[in-house]
Amino acid sequence: MSKIDKTCRYAESHEWVRVDEEVAVIGISDYAQHALGNIVYVDLPEEGDEVEAGEEFGAVESVKAASDLYSPVSGTVIAVNTELEDKPELLNQDAFGTWIIKVAMSDPSEVDKLLDDEAYSKLCEE
Amino acid sequence: MKVYDKLIFELSRPGRKGYELPQNRFEKNALKDLPADLLRKEEPELPEVSELDVVRHFTNLSSKNFGVDTGFYPLGSCTMKYNPKINEEVAAMPEFTALHPLQPADSAQGALELYYNLQKALSNIAGLAEFTLNPYAGAHGELTGLMVMRQYHISRGDEKRRKVIVPDSAHGTNPASAMVAGLEVVEVKSKPNGSIDVEDLKPLLDENVAGIMMTNPNTLGMFETEIMEIAKLVHEAGGLLYYDGANLNPMLGKVRPGDMGFDIMHINLHKTFSTPHGGGGPGSGPVGVAAHLVDLLPNPRVKKDADGKFYVESGEKSLGSISSFLGNFGVMMKAYAYILSLGKENIKNVGPMATLNANYIKESLKDDYLLPIEGACKHEFVFDGLKDKSTGVTTLNVAKRLLDYGFHAPTIYFPLLFHESMMIEPTETESKETLDEFIEVMHKVAKEAKEDPEMVKSAPHTTLISHPDETTAAKKPILSYRQLKANS
Amino acid sequence: MQWRPLLFSTFNSYHETLFLFMSNRYIPHTDEDIRAMLEKIGVNTVDDLFADIPSEVIFREEYDIPSAMSEIELRRHFKELGEKNRSLTIFAGNGVYDHYAPSVIPHLLERSEFYTAYTPYQPEISQGTLQYIFEYQSMISELTGLESTNASMYDGATSAAEALFMMVASAKKRNKVLLSDTLPPHVLKVAETYARFHGIEVAWIPEKEGVTDKEAMARLLEGGDVAGVLLAQPNRYGIIEDQEGVADTIHAAKGLMAMYVDPSALAVLRSPGEWGADIACGDGQSLGMPMQFGGPYLGFLSCRQSLIRKMPGRVVGATTDASGKRCYVLTLQAREQHIRREKATSNICSNQSLMALYATIYLSLMGENGLREVNILAADGAHYLYNRLIESGKFHPVFDKPFLKEFVVATDLDIEKVNSHLLEHGIMGGIEIAPGRLMFAVTEKRTKEEIDQLITLMLEA
Repeated sequence: MSKIDKTCRYAESHEWVRVDEEVAVIGISDYAQHALGNIVYVDLPEEGDEVEAGEEFGAVESVKAASDLYSPVSGTVIAVNTELEDKPELLNQDAFGTWIIKVAMSDPSEVDKLLDDEAYSKLCEE
Repeated sequence: MKVYDKLIFELSRPGRKGYELPQNRFEKNALKDLPADLLRKEEPELPEVSELDVVRHFTNLSSKNFGVDTGFYPLGSCTMKYNPKINEEVAAMPEFTALHPLQPADSAQGALELYYNLQKALSNIAGLAEFTLNPYAGAHGELTGLMVMRQYHISRGDEKRRKVIVPDSAHGTNPASAMVAGLEVVEVKSKPNGSIDVEDLKPLLDENVAGIMMTNPNTLGMFETEIMEIAKLVHEAGGLLYYDGANLNPMLGKVRPGDMGFDIMHINLHKTFSTPHGGGGPGSGPVGVAAHLVDLLPNPRVKKDADGKFYVESGEKSLGSISSFLGNFGVMMKAYAYILSLGKENIKNVGPMATLNANYIKESLKDDYLLPIEGACKHEFVFDGLKDKSTGVTTLNVAKRLLDYGFHAPTIYFPLLFHESMMIEPTETESKETLDEFIEVMHKVAKEAKEDPEMVKSAPHTTLISHPDETTAAKKPILSYRQLKANS
Repeated sequence: MQWRPLLFSTFNSYHETLFLFMSNRYIPHTDEDIRAMLEKIGVNTVDDLFADIPSEVIFREEYDIPSAMSEIELRRHFKELGEKNRSLTIFAGNGVYDHYAPSVIPHLLERSEFYTAYTPYQPEISQGTLQYIFEYQSMISELTGLESTNASMYDGATSAAEALFMMVASAKKRNKVLLSDTLPPHVLKVAETYARFHGIEVAWIPEKEGVTDKEAMARLLEGGDVAGVLLAQPNRYGIIEDQEGVADTIHAAKGLMAMYVDPSALAVLRSPGEWGADIACGDGQSLGMPMQFGGPYLGFLSCRQSLIRKMPGRVVGATTDASGKRCYVLTLQAREQHIRREKATSNICSNQSLMALYATIYLSLMGENGLREVNILAADGAHYLYNRLIESGKFHPVFDKPFLKEFVVATDLDIEKVNSHLLEHGIMGGIEIAPGRLMFAVTEKRTKEEIDQLITLMLEA
């Protein structure tokens, strides 16, 4: 049984979002890291890249799987967790404690369309 | 016995050499006259070893490999049949190996005739009008075939047709090839028995459809019995049918793809026509087409004139070039030798005997292994792991345990339709005795899984290496000796 | 050999007598085997296994191919075909060179543990294949001066096409590549086909006096929309281009630099890594591979380590097993087509493995010194031929540029007449690359006598 963080909102593609004023902090859920297995590489965007809700911003790779990362919100990437370049396993060790990118949102209302922890929890059980 | 574990670089000693070249009788100035900026500064670190060092090294490496000549290789969807030795012999004839690809046609008539004859034989076997032998491999053939498909629509001014329908059970290469050819993939659902759901297909057939990619028998080894209906629907919608020849083997002597309505196909000469897989290649992936697509085939083409002379030509309607020259000619020679060795009398037995072998294994093992789809398979079939799932022994564990018993593993975790897929393809070249030994071992492994599951889970136990660390390999890739040295 | 009725009933009874099973050396089934196997399966005939196939698509004719041949007949047939070919003394190149092939190589390639194996999916029983690919990658990286090399591609031209894909995939939002007009013609053709279908925009850098026009390249880069540039070394005329400053220009425009190179020549020529290139590609044929009427050869692809996730194809990495033993595995597989499906950079799912073994054995035997000597012999022979041709007064310089083993000259002679006269004497002369222009290649296999004879024959034609 994977963990759910009650302070987060979720995309159906298994990214979590934590909102800090206009900034969305984005990572992948515990469920997602479980499904992937040992993560060996994270393909990160660059600071300043524009992202759109529902569009790819990167990818995570395990030994025998790869999964694209979709941005739950639109905006500009203002920070990238470069620690993941050398330590992709952090996502396995602590999925909710490891952020991937921070996005300055162009439309903060998009967050309201995301799943809350209960809805996401249901999604994972399906 | 000591296991050989050296890299060729580790045998290197400065000043040692493994070659001898003729004495230089020219004025020795060419390199000295070149501007120094054009020459390399850092010398490449290649091994310095004697000829015997090289011979022993690679002979030792070969002993760490398992090939069809070593033992039974039931790798599903790969058709690991016996690679006849006479094929190797004739392909090594200097009358062919010394030919320059741009040699005038007059001086290469034998090679062009061989290309032409093989092309004709494949056309007849496939029930199609003509083949190009230029593609280098199955995936390359697939790409070429999809380029033909797209070029067909472009040539008719119908460029919006970019949607190619692919079954959800298809191999990952299908959608990847479609992407490279500039087509978009739309998946069609499979029914529980793995065949295409015609009702799900119908709504996908709109004015944007370029065509459909299929194998028949499909990925589960089952014949698509509704193929004629599918062909009719796709053609009526203005699309073309592409046949992935990966599963052609059981059809030899039974059905020709062209007769099922397919317009384009590729053949893997390294599967159906016995050329060796070579540890990953070189293969050959000829592409055949129906009459209305012949002019679109890639350049160059080999043709025969009214006087029976062979010549090389590039056509203007062609989709372009996909290979430097005429493809892997050396591989074609082997396939041609195979077809002639079997002849029309025997080639028709390939499909039936491959199918007989597969069904025999399937029926012999279905008490221990979960058979998701009943009924006669063709050249291969899929088990969904062990029947008894309570032991926790997975398909991977069974595969690795087979290595201990001297068999190659089946294809595992493909197709994706089942969680514990184990795809078995024996081919027609295996005798009943070999199949019986394999069956016995598979039963034994099933028994071991019940009695000593931990032992099976930790297999293999007798191989030279066991449980390589693939995570570290992917996380911190070490791809060369230089990086290996730097890391240690 | 014996004819026996087989347990084929068939779909229509009138066909029954036509189905006979002839024992064959590649199909071992006896009647007894077939009977026992059918019994286990629970059907009466082999045809029952095909009962699901609609009757109207069953092929009931005989294939239009010859009758089975014994080995004696097969050898005779191939000998007859072989006699219709002519083995020539080769003075042509254009991407395929008549280099020396050491005797050791075919002997080792015939080890059937190598050639009858599949792709090394089971590392425990494939260490032979995996290790030689690792050695191959190491050696090609040494030659190209770039850290990472894949397990090989189909041929040089397709490796160039894949290099374009790589550059576009790395650039994310840029979809345009520049191809130098001085790339070999067959490479340009294939790269253009791939680019057109894949939807990559191509612009061509014109040539100036036989080499890439660097100023034109700089202008084409000004738009800031170029993902990468592909250049040739030596180029389509055999000229060694001076790439000084090229990498800086391309990198300043945030593009990648790829070079199509001759791996044999890299023993002496400045490597792509030394020129500042990001990607190197090319054809392995010049590493002593038989010309074989066009294949099999191999394509190679090297890149900087930072681009490795965008590199297509198989890659082998070193690691350790559970007991700490050094071993080799296929790695970085998650980026490949069978996982990424339509999101992969490429659709390639194999390599020219046995040809990679060929290259590895060749480079092991030759070493750096041997490969250097090959280049010196070839270059000295080529320059000897060039100088003698110019001295004859019948041939004239076209480009005043440095070359190694291949060069272009102009001539007033009737080229068709010259080349057919050479053919009569068993020689393949230069390739007519344009009206009045011939391109010759000389390898270490050509003797001074052969070169002298070539010249004499051309002048008397």
